[in-house]
Amino acid sequence: MSEQNLVSAIRDALQIELARDERQMIIGLDVGKMGGVFRATDGLQAEFGEDRVVDLPIAEGVMVGAAIGLCVSGFRPIVEMQFLGFAHQAFHQIGQQLTRLRQRSQGRFSAPLTIRAPYGGGGKTPEFHSDCYEALYAQCPGLRVVAPSSPTEAKGLLLAALRHPDPVLFLEPIAGYRTWVDDVPEGDYVLPLGEARIAYGNENAAAVAVVSYGLSTQTALRAAASLAAEGIDVVVVDLRSLSPIDVGTLCRVVEKAGRCVVVTDAPVTGSIASEVTATLMERVFWSLEAPIVRVGAPDVPHPLGALEQFYIPTAEAVADAVRSTLEAH
Amino acid sequence: MIRQSDDLRETAGDIDGVPPAVIREGLRRMIAARVFDTKAIAMHRRGKLGTFPPCAGQEASFVGAALALDRERDWIVPQYREIPALVAHGAPLEGIILYYMGDPAGGWWPGSVNALPFQISIAAQLPQAVGIAWGLKRRATGGAVLAFVGDGGTSEGDFHESANLAGVQQCPIVFFVSNNGWAISTPRARQTAAASFADRAIGYGYDGVTVDGTDLLAVYRTVSEALATARAGRPVIVESLTYRVGPHSTVDDPRVYRSEDEVVPWRQSDGYDRLALRARESGLWSDTDELAAREEATREVDAAFERAQAAFKPATRQLGEHVWAHLPAQTAAQLQELERRNARGERE
Repeated sequence: MSEQNLVSAIRDALQIELARDERQMIIGLDVGKMGGVFRATDGLQAEFGEDRVVDLPIAEGVMVGAAIGLCVSGFRPIVEMQFLGFAHQAFHQIGQQLTRLRQRSQGRFSAPLTIRAPYGGGGKTPEFHSDCYEALYAQCPGLRVVAPSSPTEAKGLLLAALRHPDPVLFLEPIAGYRTWVDDVPEGDYVLPLGEARIAYGNENAAAVAVVSYGLSTQTALRAAASLAAEGIDVVVVDLRSLSPIDVGTLCRVVEKAGRCVVVTDAPVTGSIASEVTATLMERVFWSLEAPIVRVGAPDVPHPLGALEQFYIPTAEAVADAVRSTLEAH
Repeated sequence: MIRQSDDLRETAGDIDGVPPAVIREGLRRMIAARVFDTKAIAMHRRGKLGTFPPCAGQEASFVGAALALDRERDWIVPQYREIPALVAHGAPLEGIILYYMGDPAGGWWPGSVNALPFQISIAAQLPQAVGIAWGLKRRATGGAVLAFVGDGGTSEGDFHESANLAGVQQCPIVFFVSNNGWAISTPRARQTAAASFADRAIGYGYDGVTVDGTDLLAVYRTVSEALATARAGRPVIVESLTYRVGPHSTVDDPRVYRSEDEVVPWRQSDGYDRLALRARESGLWSDTDELAAREEATREVDAAFERAQAAFKPATRQLGEHVWAHLPAQTAAQLQELERRNARGERE
């Protein structure tokens, strides 16, 4: 174990995989000498060479499209999308082309590539950089969407993504890059892809299940700590995988608790929180003792930095939602 | 409206320097392309084939370009109209027919065929073509990519992004712009104010060349040279001046937006007729050859349609096949439910 923040845990995973599998290469903006705007690829070009860690012109569509072609040629590129908010300019290559290659060729070709994308607020970034449009990608069949909620999770899930035969969009919470620190297992460390985890609490004793992912899991954990001080026990389910969602774990935990709050940092309409809520209504409605509450951002664009403090869902908003579900009869 | 100059027609193409075997194969394949096109349109009218993009007028362009490739190491990345090029590169007719029947099984081509399947979103195949070329270069295979796009496709952002990256990464790729004058109903003059599509290459730091696309020999030589340049790490844009004699697709009626007067001269400069005339003069081709080629093509196309129709068994299970390597459990459950419902014949 060694103490690492989110950036160094990600770099660790990238280094391990580039050393292990010579088909892996990193392509993106400023990933070479500079090591990426968040330094996630720092030192990797020096270690693995300019053929394997490659700076590209600033054009997101061809970045992803060329990665698909590189897969056809036998490589496994890792695309660093500088920010998820700019991936709209590659949406057709991600949502349509990347996801259809396998079916279009009836299994002859596949694109087992990973797109890493920083997302989410808290960094007071210029416009677009903090956008949380993960649900757009989760609706694209053929693409896995994964969001880690700690450095350890990031290392284990990223190594799993890099080795997975399906393409993965890997979402890295910007606010966690430097601030999240934990003891990360050294060396090869792989977590299962597609399985949610209990991030906090006892699922057999909790009054409320709080479902979250990525950045919002840290918000949920803060809410859980303050609620515990009031004597309210919650269990926090960290989805990890936004597509596919681990419906089994989700339903098991919510069925036991009978009450549920779902947290997202995205505008709440059509969000992952909406999908989770709909899934629970279909499957565990008769076990519910209160309406499920979604806590998310309002349906307005992610604001410029000075307004972020008013926009991003807070731990107090989550705690209030938990209290409200307990008051419902 | 774009039209070749008479000068270009007279000077382009030289039978010398192109091997007789290539000329004879080119003639046979142009005949086969027309036979297939005609049959496909007829099958569409009988309800046996879905929406289909005819290539009449562009046979010389597609066949000439494909014959310049080394099938062992070179790749084709198509849009959707380049059927004669893919067939020349080894793609099975039966698969192509199945695909246009609406059966995804038609997307499977043998591993020996170095080509991506059809891709319908305009120009979105080009970034992937650049990636393949980049990979071929990294593997030092000596192979190159022939990437097809139309005049309309050059207006897409993917064209620019791909042409630019190919130059930066020095990819072995030839962008083959089939300038057939029309993007559905949008004439070439409304795609760009530029005088030439080939000139785009200047902006990317490499060469572009315009070729008479109804002259198979000129296309063959031009693409051969372009491939040699590309293998050395300099991409090339080849603009093939041709014409979409038919409709955009079998559900399009071009009489709505263009005059038949415009089409007539292009029918008269048919690529097969032009090459056949010269080949006859050189003793490389005869009426007997033409008849034999037509009979053989008809036999093969009819047989391919029969095989495709025999293989055509659309089933609910195909919806989820090959979408994922690891099918998610809830998707599997959705598909099982659909299979159950569809097995009951609810949709009839």
